[in-house]
Formats: sequence, structure tokens, C-alpha cells
Amino acid sequence: MQKYIEYFKPVISLFIFIGFFIKKYKKYFKFFIYSVIFIGLVIISYRSARPRYKPENFTDIFTDGDIKIFNIPIPKFLFDWPKWLDFPLMQPLNAGFDWLIVNYGIYFEVVNNFLLGMYTTMKNFLVDLPWPLVIALVIFITYYASGKKVTTTVMVAFCTFFLGFLSPRYWDKSIMTTCIVIIGMLLCIIVGIPVGIAMARNKKVRNALLPVLDLMQTIPSFCYLIPGILLFGLGAVPAIIAIFVYAVPPLIRLTDLGIRLVDKEVIEASEAFGASKRQTLWGVQIPLALPNIMQGINQCTMMSLAMVVIASMIGTRGIGDEVLLGLQQLNVGMATEAGIAIVLLAIIFDRITQSYGERLQEKTQPKKKIIINNAKN
Amino acid sequence: MPKIEVKNVYKIFGTEPSKVLPMCQEGATKEDILENTGHTVGLADVSLSIEEGETFVCMGLSGSGKSTLIRHINRLIDPTAGEVFVEGINVMQLDQKNLIEFRRHKMSMVFQRFGLFPHKTVIQNVGYGLEVQGKEINERNKVAMEKIDAVGLNGFEYQYPNQLSGGMQQRVGLARALATNTDIMLMDEAFSALDPLIRSDMQKQLIELQAEIKKTILFITHDLDEALRLGDHIGILNHGRLVQVGSPIDIIMKPADDYVAAFVKDVNRSKVIKAKIIMLSPEQYKSNGTNNKNTIKVNEDAFIDEFLPQVCCTDADVEVVDKSGDVKGYITEKELSKALTKSKAYVEQQSTK
Repeated sequence: MQKYIEYFKPVISLFIFIGFFIKKYKKYFKFFIYSVIFIGLVIISYRSARPRYKPENFTDIFTDGDIKIFNIPIPKFLFDWPKWLDFPLMQPLNAGFDWLIVNYGIYFEVVNNFLLGMYTTMKNFLVDLPWPLVIALVIFITYYASGKKVTTTVMVAFCTFFLGFLSPRYWDKSIMTTCIVIIGMLLCIIVGIPVGIAMARNKKVRNALLPVLDLMQTIPSFCYLIPGILLFGLGAVPAIIAIFVYAVPPLIRLTDLGIRLVDKEVIEASEAFGASKRQTLWGVQIPLALPNIMQGINQCTMMSLAMVVIASMIGTRGIGDEVLLGLQQLNVGMATEAGIAIVLLAIIFDRITQSYGERLQEKTQPKKKIIINNAKN
Repeated sequence: MPKIEVKNVYKIFGTEPSKVLPMCQEGATKEDILENTGHTVGLADVSLSIEEGETFVCMGLSGSGKSTLIRHINRLIDPTAGEVFVEGINVMQLDQKNLIEFRRHKMSMVFQRFGLFPHKTVIQNVGYGLEVQGKEINERNKVAMEKIDAVGLNGFEYQYPNQLSGGMQQRVGLARALATNTDIMLMDEAFSALDPLIRSDMQKQLIELQAEIKKTILFITHDLDEALRLGDHIGILNHGRLVQVGSPIDIIMKPADDYVAAFVKDVNRSKVIKAKIIMLSPEQYKSNGTNNKNTIKVNEDAFIDEFLPQVCCTDADVEVVDKSGDVKGYITEKELSKALTKSKAYVEQQSTK
């Protein structure tokens, strides 16, 4: 123990010195830090490069030039990107991933079994159900979610019927796709809405999460499909995980935005009457943010459906593999037919969530009515 | 003990207010501080005390720190320096839990743009203060109905705020503030968003209510007529500093500086000044000698514009009497013209002649 303390002494004094330095040269501090990091990365990449890519002596890289200006050789590495300037990211990532699977694989197994169990139960139930009953179920859900709107219900019912009508093969596959999307969405909602709320309430959380969300939205989906396969195997579960990664950012963003957009004076009013933070959140902020949150859920569904098609490439069964098959066989008709089926699914999901959202919106922001009353004014 | 006491409150908005504070305390102007440090001064060295049962009107143009001041009383904003006492409790030292209790039971607030909850009906809005206190729904609705009745909105309990007109919405705001039955009411430009007719209607309603309930009211406005009409005392803010505190008459008759003078320039004095303010004592009147034979009797609390036409028509002097009919003093034409003249110079000129 004593030995370690001795060892840390110079480090601590260095920190104190740096602290002093930061205070005095605050303006240049960021520039300084960035330069140190950059130089450090260059040194790491040089040291980890293979021996055959770099000269025997470090100084050789500056003197090996053939072209000379005023007798000074121009270093070769300025013309082509040098092979020794290659930051090693792939190897540690692979090693880290292997380590993760070896040591914590059991936890992923638990998650896998749970999600797979949920998916299989749901799928088997719907597939075993006679198809007219499934359509009836969809009609029932739509009718009550949309607040008894007949036109929406009829349209959704028609779309559902058309799924099987397009090709009998599509019926079971649509059910599989639907189950994956629903489970993915549930996951998004369970995680996304609380995270969105936390983001809206705490600036630090928002600053930390925004880059993560940007990363999730921009990183190509194949990049996390592959680790998905390694962790969860082929099939429905990596698709659900991929849906989660792809579809949760808009829900988080819209929840955050919705809560922050609530009129400041309304929140002040709530606080002025002695509402605690929790009372303000549940009584005022969430109800007023609901239309935005519903929009987020709607976006989430649409993105899930888009993801499900891509997920067919890692062996997820569903309507997506019809598209893939059509693509592989250059069968335009087949791909289009399957594409239409996906659009129909999208319409069904969209109509249900959208009309439910509209109903909520009417509740929180009632339309103006002409008042028939004789009170003052 | 005053009901509300504000002691040397400073509020500076910006990234490092504590660094700018000494500069502000030394008396640098708002513009200087903004230019040199990029900080905005909200309030500078504001001290005032409000007695129980009075209506204190805080007045100033936009950006003078009125709304900032009112939010210090219930600590929606924390001051950079200074203290606020309400009933002897130092508001700044309350922890989160006590602060919530304090807001629930000591004061209520009315907002400029109403601050109503658009997803709640009128009755739910009015009962909100009780809801956060954890009261039963039946009790809540009973109290809420009483208050809705008091502001004349019965029949609208189950409407949503955006189905009501502006005036009605502000009545909901008023009823909501009344529902918690707190001693102190903070009104932040409560009537500024309403059109003139409804505004004067609401002012009347507030005066009537106040005569009944006798609350301590801190009222913020940018409208001098409103301030004169409602206020027992008026404080005038300019650039975050309290320029003058006094009764309405003080403000009009003895403006502390050019800023206040400019403010009161256009006010209709005859509607603000009461007979008892400008009257001469009977002894003074008699020593004047040049007494008019005609006199008209006027109550001491009458405003000038109530008896001015009579004076002009009959060319008489005014005999000021109190309620029981005893003579309190006299007003001649000279006093009247003095009271109604706007320019100081003119008044002085007249009096030297």
C-alpha cells in the first residue's frame, strides 16, 4: 500500500500543477488538451504499427525523401498516407468483444431467452388463431384506439385483409414481422420515454446523451447487426436489438423536446402553488408533452418497420425475407409485392398510433367550441 | 412587523453573477455592466416592506425588473445577494421541502399570460393548489366552486381554458389564486394582457374582493392609472433600482426624479387627487381674506373631477367636510389650479405672483 502512495505522489503534484496551469491559461487549455491527445494518438499508432511498415530508425522517416527542394529532402510520408500512421481500433475492439462474450455471455443469453420467449409466444398465438379472428382483433383495437372513428377502422381492416390477399404466404410472415416490431417498440418505449424525460430535466444528461443519439442514428445498421448476431445468434432477437438502436433516438428526442416545449409560465404556475417536481412532471409536463411523445412513438414504429427489412439479411424471418428473395432472384414482381405488403403494414401501424395520438391531443388541447352561456363576458 | 420585507436584493443574470456583484454594489449602471461584463442586472439594491392587508403596486417599464422582483418573493428566482422575509421567515434559508410547504400555504400567484393548465377544466385549474396539497377531490371541488362563484364564472366549470375569452381566463387565474386561501397574493401584470374595458372591470372586481378579504397583495403593472387605482403604496422601479416608494399622492405631487416625473406627466390628476389633500385649513383660508361668499360642500374623500364642474359653473369656493358634516377645510380656485397643473415651473411661477 505504502509503495503505491509513494508511486502516486508525483502524479498528485502534477495534477496540482495542471490545476494551476488551467486557471492561468484558461483560454488555451482546450487547444492544449486537444494537441496532447492528438500527439498521443499519433505516437500510439506509430508504436503499434507492424515493423515492416516503419523504418528501422524513427528519424529515417524525415530523411528518406527522393525529391529535394533547396537540397532538403521532402519526407516520403507526405505524399502517400504512411502505413505506420494507422490508429489501431479494430484489434482492441475485437479483443474487447471476445472478452465480453466469454465473461458476460450468460447475461446476453438471459436477455436472448426472455425476448425470444416473448416473441415465440406472441407469434404462435397469432399464427394459430384463425385469420378472420386476427382481422377482427385488429378492427377491435383500431376502433377503440381511434376513439370510434369508422373511416380509420374500415381502412385498417381493409389493409389487414389485403396482406393475406396479396399472397397467402405473407399472412404468417406479416404476423412475425408485426411481433418483432411490437416487441422492439415496447423496448423503445420502456427505455426511451424515461430517458427523454431525464434529458429534458437535466442539462448534463442531455449534453452527454446527444452525441450518443447522433451516433446511434448515423452509424450504419450493419455495424450493430453483426455484433447482434455474435451476442444473440441468428433470428428475431438481434432484429429486436437492431430496431431498438435504430428507432429509439427519435422517441427520446421528441419526448425531450415535448417536455421542454411546455409553456414556461404554466410550469411556473405549478411551482408557485407549491407543486413538487414530481407533481409538476406528472400533472403538467407529461400530459402537455403527450402529443409530441405520441409523435415519437409513431416515428418509432415507422423506423422499426424499415429496420425489419434490413434485419432479414441476418436471417430474421418475416416479410423482409420476401424482399430479399426477390432481390436475390432479380424477381421484380416478387420484391414489389413484398414491398407493398410492408407498406400496408406501415399504414396499419401508422393509422392506429396516429389516431390514438390525435385522440390524446384532443384531450389535452381541446378544440374551441362556441360557448352557449349567459355568464359575464 | 411588515408582512413582506425585501432587504438589499441584487439579481444579476449571466454566467458568473457573483463576480459582477461588487461592481453593481458600487453603483455602476446597468449599461456599463452589460458592456463590460455581458451580465444583465435584474435588480440592484432593492429594499421594501409591505404591511399586512395593503396593496403594494410595483411599477416600471418593461425590463425594469418588476417580474424578477415578484419572483423573488416566492423564490421562483434566487437572488444573487440579499434577503427576503415573509412573516419573519427568511425565504432564502428554506430547504426544498419547506419551500414547497411555504408556497402551498403562504402565497398564491396570478400570471400575466394566465398560466392556466390547458389540459385541465376550469374547476380542475382552480382546485390545482389544493390538489398539490393532497386534498380530497370533493373538498377541492367544493372550494373551487365557491371561488368560481366569487369571480362570476359559474356555468363554465367544465370548460377548458382555451374555450374562454382572455378576461374569463384571468378570472380563472384569480379564482385559482383565491382557492388556496393564502394571506399573500402575488399578481404579475395580472391585467396587462386584457383589453381596456375588461381590465377596468377586473380592477373593479379586485377592489371589491380586496375590501372583503383584506389580503396582502403585491401587484405588478406598467400602467400608472392601474397603479394609482389599486395601490395603497406604489414603488417605482427603473433599471432594477427602486426609485421611489410612496402613496399615490406622493408619487404624483412629489416625483423623486425626472424618470418618475415623466411617468406621471400624462396622468389625469383630477381623478387621483382627493379634496383633503389640497385643502387649506380653515385658519389659513380665513387669513387669506379674499373669501368668496358662495361655497359648496364636498366630502373630503371626493376626487377633484367630481366637484370641478360645479366649481367652474358657480364660481364658488369649496368647503370640505368629513362624513359627519364637520368642516375640515376649504379649497379655492388657486389650490385647484395648482393641483391640476402639470409643470412644476408653472406652479412655482403662479405661486410667486
